[in-house]
Amino acid sequence: MSAEPVFYILAVLAVLSALLCIVQRNPVASALWLVSTMFSLAAIYVLLNAQFIAVIQVLVYAGAVMVLFLFVIMLLNLGREGSDLRGKPVRLVALVVGLALLGELALLARLTPGSLAGMQGSLPGAGTPLGAFAAAQAVLARGDSASVGVVGTIAEPLFRTYLVPFEITSILLLAAAVGAVVLAKRKL
Amino acid sequence: MLLGPSLLLSALLFTIGVIGVMLRRNAIVLFMCVELMLNAVNLTFVALAQVLGVGGQVIVFFVMTVAAAEAAVGLAIILAIFRHTRSVDLKNINLLQG
Repeated sequence: MSAEPVFYILAVLAVLSALLCIVQRNPVASALWLVSTMFSLAAIYVLLNAQFIAVIQVLVYAGAVMVLFLFVIMLLNLGREGSDLRGKPVRLVALVVGLALLGELALLARLTPGSLAGMQGSLPGAGTPLGAFAAAQAVLARGDSASVGVVGTIAEPLFRTYLVPFEITSILLLAAAVGAVVLAKRKL
Repeated sequence: MLLGPSLLLSALLFTIGVIGVMLRRNAIVLFMCVELMLNAVNLTFVALAQVLGVGGQVIVFFVMTVAAAEAAVGLAIILAIFRHTRSVDLKNINLLQG
């Protein structure tokens, strides 16, 4: 079976879940629809040859982050109040801004693939960031696209080119953990 | 390849996230809409990683880490605000309005 029909089914699922997520009155239902969107996106990542990212998406986003959200919603016992949607004028503004943004992004999305196709392999400054991915590019060149997104090909640039950002990320996580504990302890 | 459709889907999801932020007053749902926008951007990175090398997928890894940290700190702040005002509705959180 070709990937395209599966992609479109998953895309429709993702968009419908996202829409339901923003219109549900109950925050718990909202969070569960967001989990549905994230699962659809994980499946789309598999179709786009990013298997490792798909697994991390399910583990970190659908697993850890959304459980944290649901935990807080249930801890605060929300969802008993009425609707928290804003009034008519704000809704109109939201619609106009949303349509304008969608138009811009869609225009960009239509323009980008064509210009990228010509750019492939001859990017300006290709020597700097892309040169480090010689191994991955070799895999791409062999047409062995199924193994692009596996752990090995991600780990290679992660622990070579992006080693310093990786370490800084660990400091960020430590700071976030400490900050969360301090915020949860003190009276504001 | 599915590059074009992926970018369009990403645009749609990002727009839905923005509309959600403007439409809702519940602070936690607002946070979830921000997560939706981050997810849309991640989809763009993964789609473009097909053409431009795995660097995009590494960036997605970092975005997820930052999103997790942001959710932890943000929800701690919301908990503290809830203890102060007994509500997470943004119309009750207007200390800076003067």
